[in-house]
Amino acid sequence: MSIVTTKKITKVFPGGVRALDELDLTINDGEFFALLGPSGCGKTTLLRTLGGLESPTSGEVWIDDKDVTWSPPGERNIAMVFQDYALYPHMSVKENIAYPLKVRKLPKDEQEKRVAMASKALSIETLLERRPGQISGGQQQRVAVARAMATTPNLYLFDEPLSNLDARLRLEARTFLKQLQTELGVTTIFVTHDQSEALAIADRMAVMDKGVVRQVGSPSEFFHRPANLFVAAFIGSTPMNLLEGQVLQGNVKVGSNTFTIPESYRGKLQEGQEVVYGIRPEYVSVVSSNADGVASGSVKVTENMGTHYLVSIDCGGTLVRGTVPDGQQPANGATLHFLPDLNKVLIYDKVSGNLI
Amino acid sequence: MAILKRQKTKMIQEKTAVEKGFTGLFLALCVAFFALPLVWLFIAPWDGQPNYSIKWPSWTLTNFAEISKNPYAYKSLVNSAIFSAGSGIAVILVGAPASYVLSRVKFKGRDSFLYTLLLFSSIVTGSAAMVPLYLLALRLNILDTYQGVILILTGGLIPTAIFILKDFTDSLPRSYEESAQIFGASSFRILKDIVAPIIRPGLAVIFVWSFVQAWGNFLVPFILIRDINKQPGAVMMYSFYSDGGQPVIRQVAAFSLLYAIPVMGMYFYVNKKYGFRFYGGIKG
Repeated sequence: MSIVTTKKITKVFPGGVRALDELDLTINDGEFFALLGPSGCGKTTLLRTLGGLESPTSGEVWIDDKDVTWSPPGERNIAMVFQDYALYPHMSVKENIAYPLKVRKLPKDEQEKRVAMASKALSIETLLERRPGQISGGQQQRVAVARAMATTPNLYLFDEPLSNLDARLRLEARTFLKQLQTELGVTTIFVTHDQSEALAIADRMAVMDKGVVRQVGSPSEFFHRPANLFVAAFIGSTPMNLLEGQVLQGNVKVGSNTFTIPESYRGKLQEGQEVVYGIRPEYVSVVSSNADGVASGSVKVTENMGTHYLVSIDCGGTLVRGTVPDGQQPANGATLHFLPDLNKVLIYDKVSGNLI
Repeated sequence: MAILKRQKTKMIQEKTAVEKGFTGLFLALCVAFFALPLVWLFIAPWDGQPNYSIKWPSWTLTNFAEISKNPYAYKSLVNSAIFSAGSGIAVILVGAPASYVLSRVKFKGRDSFLYTLLLFSSIVTGSAAMVPLYLLALRLNILDTYQGVILILTGGLIPTAIFILKDFTDSLPRSYEESAQIFGASSFRILKDIVAPIIRPGLAVIFVWSFVQAWGNFLVPFILIRDINKQPGAVMMYSFYSDGGQPVIRQVAAFSLLYAIPVMGMYFYVNKKYGFRFYGGIKG
């Protein structure tokens, strides 16, 4: 129910760390938006700035058509769920959910109604009289979400909401969060360092690095067309092959190997240009013989990924990874030939790091 | 082989038994050394003719009756309570907000500031500062008043109180306050609804500690209070002497017990209600 816009937002911490660097970002109405990046990239600072817990050094934050850069957090009609949930240990679950309503001076019966509504939505009715210390981590998270929900905000901010849960519970909780967000239809921004989480549940996402946004788009755009080498290396459960080479006679020469340039790149590359040839291991197939465009080498490492094996072969000094179905994994030292799927090949300019 | 091994184990066991015996004896002596004065405190008041030895008392109330004849004795305990409770409350009222601010606001030299305060605190209520403090009290016209003693005792207690309370506040996650902030709570509201209730065990510890410190302080009231009606128990204790300068053991024993009971009662009450827990521990 809110559109969030940042305009050239910069945050410099005392000591000179630039956590945000002239960052422009627009988050659309009703969107489930993920902020992803390595630790220290500024994603949490951005979230806290949107929430009003940090004030930017320069730039503006807009929620809908209002400049809220200098509004106190309480006036933004937002709710934030913290990584540690921030449930007050001396209050019962019920008092925790009702506390924001009490601060906002809602009438008693309205408070009761909202507590009942939120606790029903998160199926925590039976926990209302307990203290946060007496319930499990998963339940604590639900209480934190219920407390946020009871305030009926226009914008939800989640700071690594799933990172304190164990692996199995995390999958359950993220499906649940996605479902809840779809039902409520309220704009939600969440910070995570787990790319599979972002790819799985976000409508759109942004990858940040050193205080700037490196790419904004849908999860599938991120997976299939990473806009630059940083994102290409960062996204994907198995790291993308990024092979540094040079354009020579209509091919890309990587060491002693030659790779074919896909049709779509014809005319966009210059002879002699330094490029990076990118192909995901999932889009590499094993062929029986060596030819042009095929990478050959001896098997160095095989890693079991469950349904398939990730195999790294040594092609004249560069490691090339490909996937092999379970049951067909080669022995270490065997010679293997990898053929990239030309429809999935991405070529990056080595100097700028951007997709060509 | 097996027999040999068993013998060896047995020998080791025997040795530990002897060692255990010695350790036990040593510990028993230590306990006796520290416990005997306490036993005396509880037994001597009930004896008609107490001396410095510990013996089965004759169970009489004459000692207490004798103290009642002194018109200032019980009054002095009331005065002690006023000084102690006053100091305890003042320390909490000033120390809690101060430690909260010092915990949350970072500035250059904060830690050295705290340590310097701590260092000076022992001077304020120590004998070295008594002359300037007396003059100060004289100028401020608070000589011979309850508030004068309370102010000076509080001044001496506050640095340590801030130091310990800051540690409690440090262990409080910032996200508690931040989430309340997002819900629109004011700073005062956060302090009242979130911070104070959570650090309550710390506040209780500091209150009892301040109370006990003030209760046992002799020098400050001795110098600042002239009126015998306002003298606390700690000063009164020195009036149970004969004309020849010898302590009247019957009265001293009975008064000591009366003097000790409120502090002990308070300790047990707070320990039962909150427990003396230090969450964060003192960081160096």
